[in-house]
Amino acid sequence: MTDAEIEAFMDASAVVLGLRLEPEWRDAVRANLALTFRLGLLVRHFELPDEAEPAPVFTA
Amino acid sequence: MPKLTWQSATEIAAAVGSGALSARVVADAALDRIAARNGVLNAFTDVLAERARARASAIDAERAVGRKPGRLAGVPFAVKNLYDIAELPTRAGSSINRERKPAVRDAVLVTRLERAGAILVGALNMGEYAYDFTGENCHDGPSRNPHDTTRMSGGSSGGSGVAVAGGMVPLALGSDTNGSIRVPASLCGLFGLKPTFGRLPRTGSFPFVSSLDHLGPLARTVGDLACAYDAMQGHDADDPFCAQRLEEPVFETLDQGIEGLRIAAAGGYFQAGLMPEAERAVQQVRDALNVDREVDLPEAARARSAAYLITAAEGGALHLARLRTRPGDFDPDVRDRLLAGAMIPAAMVIQAQKFRRWYQHAISRLFDEVDAIIAPATPCGAPLLGQKTFVLDGVEVSVRANLGVYTQPISFVGLPVVAVPVPGPMPVGIQIIAPPWREDVALRIARYLEIKGTAVAQRPPAE
Repeated sequence: MTDAEIEAFMDASAVVLGLRLEPEWRDAVRANLALTFRLGLLVRHFELPDEAEPAPVFTA
Repeated sequence: MPKLTWQSATEIAAAVGSGALSARVVADAALDRIAARNGVLNAFTDVLAERARARASAIDAERAVGRKPGRLAGVPFAVKNLYDIAELPTRAGSSINRERKPAVRDAVLVTRLERAGAILVGALNMGEYAYDFTGENCHDGPSRNPHDTTRMSGGSSGGSGVAVAGGMVPLALGSDTNGSIRVPASLCGLFGLKPTFGRLPRTGSFPFVSSLDHLGPLARTVGDLACAYDAMQGHDADDPFCAQRLEEPVFETLDQGIEGLRIAAAGGYFQAGLMPEAERAVQQVRDALNVDREVDLPEAARARSAAYLITAAEGGALHLARLRTRPGDFDPDVRDRLLAGAMIPAAMVIQAQKFRRWYQHAISRLFDEVDAIIAPATPCGAPLLGQKTFVLDGVEVSVRANLGVYTQPISFVGLPVVAVPVPGPMPVGIQIIAPPWREDVALRIARYLEIKGTAVAQRPPAE
C-alpha cells in the first residue's frame, strides 16, 4: 500500500470508530499501520484450508 | 540491621522459619533498601510499608505461638502494578487508571503468595497497559537497569526486573503477553518463568490480550522461581481461561538433572539478527547442555506476525472507549500503536487466529522429537534508555516492537518457558522452552545450568 492509501484507510477508520487523530499523531499511526499491513500480508499469504478452525480461545 | 540484599527467598524463608531472623527485620531491611535505591532505579510506584510491617509482625507472632510458618515465610515480594492490591487503584502503568476506584481485594496470586508466608511490600513500574518491551513509561519515568542505569530494564514488567536485580526484593511478579517477563529477565540478568497458558489464574489483574496474557515470577535463583510457582498453582474459576488441572509441584524435582532429556537449539529465525553478546550467550548454553541438534520452529516469522496482529487488534479494542474520549492521556508511544491496532480489519485478525491453530499443531509435532528447545530471549543486551531503533538482520527496526522478536512466537501458543541469565558486561537471557504443562522440564534444565555456573543472576556493580 502507498502512504496515500494508508492515509485514506486511516482517516476512514477513524471516522468509523469515532477516533480523533491529532496532526502530530498521524505519522506514527500511519507507520504502525504500514507495519501491521506488512505483517498481515505475511499471514494472509499462508494458505489454510476453509476448515481451519480459528483459535481465539487457546488452550495449550 | 542486616542488609539482606542478595539473599534468596528460600534462604530468607529458612531463616525466618527457624527463628534465626524475624520477619519484621527482613521487612524493615527490604523497606530500607527500597528507600535507598528507588530514587535511582525507579522500580516501585507504591511502597506498602505499613501493610508490610503489620504482616511481618503477624508472621512473627504466629511463629511465637508455635504455628508452622509457610514455605515463603517472611519473604518480601512486589508485583507489577497491573495486579490488584486492596485499597489501591490498579494503574497498569497508565495515568488514566489512577482515577479508578481502589481495588477491593488483592489479586489471587498475591493472596496465594501471602498464604505461603510472603510479604507484599509494593507495586512496580511497568510499560503503559503492558504494551511495551522497553520498561519506559512517560508518566512514571523509566525503570533503570541496575547493571547500568543509563540502560533499559526491558518491559513491560520493567519494575519487576529492576526490583529483583537491584536487590530490593528477592521475588517479583510480572505479566507476559508476548515476552514481558522474559525480556526484562534477559536484560536485567534474572530467572523468569512464563508458565503454560492457563496454568496460573489472572484473577484480579488488569488485562491486555485475553488469549495471550500470562502471569509469572522473576527471581535470582531457580529454587525461588519454583517455590513461588508452586505456591501460586491451582485453578481459579474467576479466570475463564484458567485450566482445571491439579497442582503439579516442581520444587522437589529441580535437582533431577538433564540425563535422558532431548534438548535442541532453535535454528533459522532464532539465529538471524542476533547481536554478538546474544550469540555468545546461546553458544555458552548450548555448550553447557551439549546441544548439537537444531530444530526449526516452522513459520516462526509468521507466528510472530500473527501474534503482533492479534495483540494490536485486541489491545486497540480493549482501550477503544478511552482512545475515543481521552487519547491525549495515553503514553504517546502506546497510544499510536493502540490507535493503529483498533483499525485492523477483522479478516486479518481471524486469519491470524486460524494460522495460530496450524502453528500450534506444528509445534506439538516438534515435541514428539525433543523434550526442550533453547532459543535467545532477546537479540541483544539492554539498549540505552531512549533508544528508538536498532539494527536486526541488517534492517533498522523499532526497539519497542522488536525486543520481543524471539519471545513472541513461543507465547503465541502458550508454551512454558524459563528465561535464564547468562552473565556478561550486560547480561542476556536464553529461553528454555518445554511442551505444554512441562514447566518441570524447563526448570530442571535451568537448575542444571545454574549449578554449572552457566546461568547466574550476576550482582550489579557496587552501588
